Amino acid sequence: MDAAVAGRDIALVHAEGKRATALRRFRRGDIAFKSITLVSAITVLVLLAGVMVALLHGSLPAWRAFGLGFLTSESWNPVTEKFGALPAIYGTVVTSVIAMLIGVPVSLGIAFFLTEICPERLRRTIGTAIELLAGIPSIIYGIWGLFVFAPWFQVHVQPLLIDTFANIPLLDQLFAGPPYGIGMLTAGLILAIMVLPFITSITREVFETVPPVLKEAAYGIGCTRWEVIRRVVIPYTRVGIIGGVMLGLGRALGETMAVTFVIGNAHRIVTSILAPGTTISASIANEFTEAVGELYTSSLIALGLILFFITFVVLAAARLMLMRIAMKAGN
Amino acid sequence: MSSVSATPRYRRRRWRNRLATTLAIAAAGLGLTWLVLILLVLVVKGVGGLSLEVFTEMTPPPGSAGGLLNAIVGSLLLTILAVLFGTPLGILAGTYMAEYGRYSKLTLVVRFINDILLSAPSIVVGLFVYEIMVAQMGHFSAWAGAVALAILVIPVVVRTTEDMLLLVPTTLREASAALGVPQWLVIRHVAYRAARAGMITGVLLAVARITGETAPLLFTALNNQFFSWNLNAPMASLPVVIFQFALSPYEDWQQLAWTGALLITVAVLGLSILARALSSKKVQI
Repeated sequence: MDAAVAGRDIALVHAEGKRATALRRFRRGDIAFKSITLVSAITVLVLLAGVMVALLHGSLPAWRAFGLGFLTSESWNPVTEKFGALPAIYGTVVTSVIAMLIGVPVSLGIAFFLTEICPERLRRTIGTAIELLAGIPSIIYGIWGLFVFAPWFQVHVQPLLIDTFANIPLLDQLFAGPPYGIGMLTAGLILAIMVLPFITSITREVFETVPPVLKEAAYGIGCTRWEVIRRVVIPYTRVGIIGGVMLGLGRALGETMAVTFVIGNAHRIVTSILAPGTTISASIANEFTEAVGELYTSSLIALGLILFFITFVVLAAARLMLMRIAMKAGN
Repeated sequence: MSSVSATPRYRRRRWRNRLATTLAIAAAGLGLTWLVLILLVLVVKGVGGLSLEVFTEMTPPPGSAGGLLNAIVGSLLLTILAVLFGTPLGILAGTYMAEYGRYSKLTLVVRFINDILLSAPSIVVGLFVYEIMVAQMGHFSAWAGAVALAILVIPVVVRTTEDMLLLVPTTLREASAALGVPQWLVIRHVAYRAARAGMITGVLLAVARITGETAPLLFTALNNQFFSWNLNAPMASLPVVIFQFALSPYEDWQQLAWTGALLITVAVLGLSILARALSSKKVQI
């Protein structure tokens, strides 16, 4: 049925003099449709609440057994059934920090390139190509990371890092050998590539909210491109950029498959970022189907709850910041 | 002029600008290099294993020849079910936000929560569905996998539906309302029609998103070495088979994993390019 048919129906109804019946039907239809859409909208909220409740319920045995000590315990022993989340939380944070340290400057650079440097004609093509990086499924990054990147990294880069920092205090601890290929640095680097398109696309968008007049004024008084970006665009869009970065961070924290392939799945805390470790998501992906016993399963669900909580806070902060820049652009 | 360009301050500014520009170009080059590298490796490693058997044979035991038929069919089935479950709910929720409750507080809250769901870790969704379905029923099933994927479809569809309906000019709605058409028919016959291309884009983007998802299927649909139409039993899917085969020590399994990886990437990138071509306005995910 389309508008014309609807119109004809209305005309027919009039002709038959059943106006009152038709109006009643219309009103009933309106109430019904409005209710269905309202219930659907509320379902989205229920979904989020449901995830929290289900994870809380599933993780109860772990919280009962270990209490808040679960958050600070380093042991992860399925045989003695002693579980602690600290190594997984540590690995999650370290890999995400590495990803941000590398991903953020590169993303900002690409956004700078696309908004100010790139010739108009290439802008769309290059922008789309960068965004396609976001479309590649995470398992592809994983298989590529394990079979292509890690072996290359092990032979060509890691020995170099170990040798370079061997005699510098602190850094020699951070880059201690042997070169495994896989490990926390490798996972962090792959995460950096994965968050790049997200941060780039949001940064580009907030860069475009800067009123052209501001930039033109700056160019008019003789500013260089870099000065326009550094002194006009970045200060104007700071909140939005931080929002985009946090959105990327949220992705990095929860990323599962790519990390699972290259992290090495070792529940321990080592200072060297070249060593294998684990993250919350990788532990769950690796161990959940093989977990035997209620306490083991429940501990993994508790890890999931912690991950959900962390990403919720980060993503909520990101959205609040992006809402602020959107309101600024709207005014 | 020459006296100005000779000042150290001017030279320093020019030098800084050149450095920043060079670094930005290098960053863009780096981003493109990764894309090319990943696609190149996929094609080189994947094409070798591409043959008719991939589409006609089951996943083999180690050491013998086979294909990916059951995984491909499983993936298609799970995706179709997930879209069937998730799309109506997403469209209706988006309709409420853009039409009935455009200025309500509820819409603000739902939009905020939906945006968080959009980026929430998919493995957590897997755990959630495990808790509410697999643990209750006592076994892994394709149903559970489809529900997990549907939960990932919903936020994408909600977001695009709302965005696209908000783009429909109010005058269109007012014109039909003036003819005496009730609001629900205005929405169905006028607003949906005007926003149709954008809404289809949303569904395509959702399909692209779930096509490569592995984490939520690991402990819901699990995996199945055999062909199965039984939705109450575990079902194979391409991403999970790739995960299992890639991490195995068997060379023929690893080859199949690369071929599967190539298939998935081509499908996902094809879908995202199609979605882009369909919508003139850029859709942000």
